[in-house]
Amino acid sequence: MSGVLDVLAWVCLVVGALLSLSAGVALMRFPDLLSRMHAATKPQVLGLLLVLIGCALRLREAVDITTLLLVAVFQMATAPVAAHMIGRAGYRAGQARTDLLVVDELAGTDDKR
Amino acid sequence: MTGGRRRDRFIAALGLTVIWVLLWGSFTPLTVAGGLVIAVVVLIVFPLPAVTYAGRIHPLGVLRFAGRFLTDMVVASVQVAVLAFRFGHVPRSAIVAVALRAPSDLGLTLTAEALSLVPGSLIVDADRRRGVLYVHVLGISSADEADRFKQGVLDLERRIIRAFGSPAERRILEEVPA
Repeated sequence: MSGVLDVLAWVCLVVGALLSLSAGVALMRFPDLLSRMHAATKPQVLGLLLVLIGCALRLREAVDITTLLLVAVFQMATAPVAAHMIGRAGYRAGQARTDLLVVDELAGTDDKR
Repeated sequence: MTGGRRRDRFIAALGLTVIWVLLWGSFTPLTVAGGLVIAVVVLIVFPLPAVTYAGRIHPLGVLRFAGRFLTDMVVASVQVAVLAFRFGHVPRSAIVAVALRAPSDLGLTLTAEALSLVPGSLIVDADRRRGVLYVHVLGISSADEADRFKQGVLDLERRIIRAFGSPAERRILEEVPA
């Protein structure tokens, strides 16, 4: 039983790490601020969740698992807000590359003052 | 203070206490009492604006929403990861405006949060008054795809309302066919 849990933990940790790596690569490679925010906030979230699950499977102590759970909850509650604030500020400051946008339905709305 | 407001504050204090106990990692009378004191102080010093929640939680709807959310998250994470390693390809994107059909504050927030956690979509701006979300979508190459994405957001809203919505919101959804 413990062997199975260890293998599962191993898989979660490696996949989580790979997702975080891909987020890092995307951060470097994506063309503009808005695209980069996707990389900075999302594959990273799933990556972190997988790493936390991996740790929980390995630690198996109620105390540690509740702390990991808190990390997951705070991450999921705060990442979208942070991404939204930066994305919004970036767009208003004209940092979005409009030549890469197929459609831009925010342009020209009165909200964009 | 009305009964609903008092209930909201009680739930908030309870939640803060639970977090405090979890942070200490031990369930003793001292951590619980300390947590309660801190929760009350926090709620007095930083009063929260009232959130009107007229809805009711539907377990089946919540399960359906959670299941779909997890699959979306995994699929989209892999998509963004693949995009990151496609060298020599500049991903194009779009900003689409999606008008929600039943824009309550809570519904708008939940939809925006769920949308933001799924890779590939990012809220650039939100119009609370009109209930419009401006979503930045990564990896879109045509206007058709943008329309398909909009339909996806409305489906997400439908799942969220089926899970957490109030009877009034559900009625609106039934009147407007998807």
